Amino acid sequence: MAKTEKQEEQADQENQANKPVRLLLHENTLTAVISGEIDHHSACEIREIIDMTAMRVRPEELVLDFGAVHFMDSSGVGLILGRCKMMEIWHGHVTIQNMPQKLERIVSLAGLHELCEFRKVDVKHESAE
Amino acid sequence: MKALNEMHLNFPSISTNEGFARAVVAAFAVQLDPTVDELCDLKTAVSEAVTNAIVHGYRDTIGTVYIDCRLLKDNTVQVKVRDHGCGIEDVEQAMEPLFTTAGDERAGLGFAVMKNFMDKLKVQSKLGKGTTVTMEKSFSPRMRQNG
Repeated sequence: MAKTEKQEEQADQENQANKPVRLLLHENTLTAVISGEIDHHSACEIREIIDMTAMRVRPEELVLDFGAVHFMDSSGVGLILGRCKMMEIWHGHVTIQNMPQKLERIVSLAGLHELCEFRKVDVKHESAE
Repeated sequence: MKALNEMHLNFPSISTNEGFARAVVAAFAVQLDPTVDELCDLKTAVSEAVTNAIVHGYRDTIGTVYIDCRLLKDNTVQVKVRDHGCGIEDVEQAMEPLFTTAGDERAGLGFAVMKNFMDKLKVQSKLGKGTTVTMEKSFSPRMRQNG
């Protein structure tokens, strides 16, 4: 039996309690709010959570929010590049949101500014509206 | 060069230890009074070296990763990350940015990050014997409040 979108969303939210990434689906945009440290170890789990939903809903835009990320090595760059490749399959795109200043060094080293759109948004403020 | 202080750490090459290893090195280096940014650079470089040992050195096996950390004069920290894994066939090629043998999800930026975030980087490797990455970073001298 097919679940309604609301039921699915609710189930997703329950599953996301202690996860390093929280997913929000709004119209054609899937937002992944990542928290904690992104390294080779945590990137595997983050990738699986994002891809499981993204492959199913095929959003036009995938927003990766780094506002709550306090450490990231090149595994984070790999995570972003991998998601860009996935989104290209259905001609979607990736937007990087709220990248902290202290992670700027690795972001510019990887040349991510030329690949993705970057923006700053207050997530809490947005969901309160 | 004589070390003013040193610590040695070894752990099995399982990925949960990546966060542990960089946190230990950072905690040890704190006595040199680095800035938050300098400490972040050190943690990132250590994370790259340890990840390389786990992902590449011990590709199909679990082995021991060794970290030798020494504090040298002039506010300098030296970190040596060693494995007894498979070794690198062509070190120069491995150090080229974007080169990776690990597939789509690896950016191929590990050595580029180590080179950029640290002051010195040396990679020694022998096929079948393992790899040693030696990095150094000098922290900027700062005015200390209590003399």
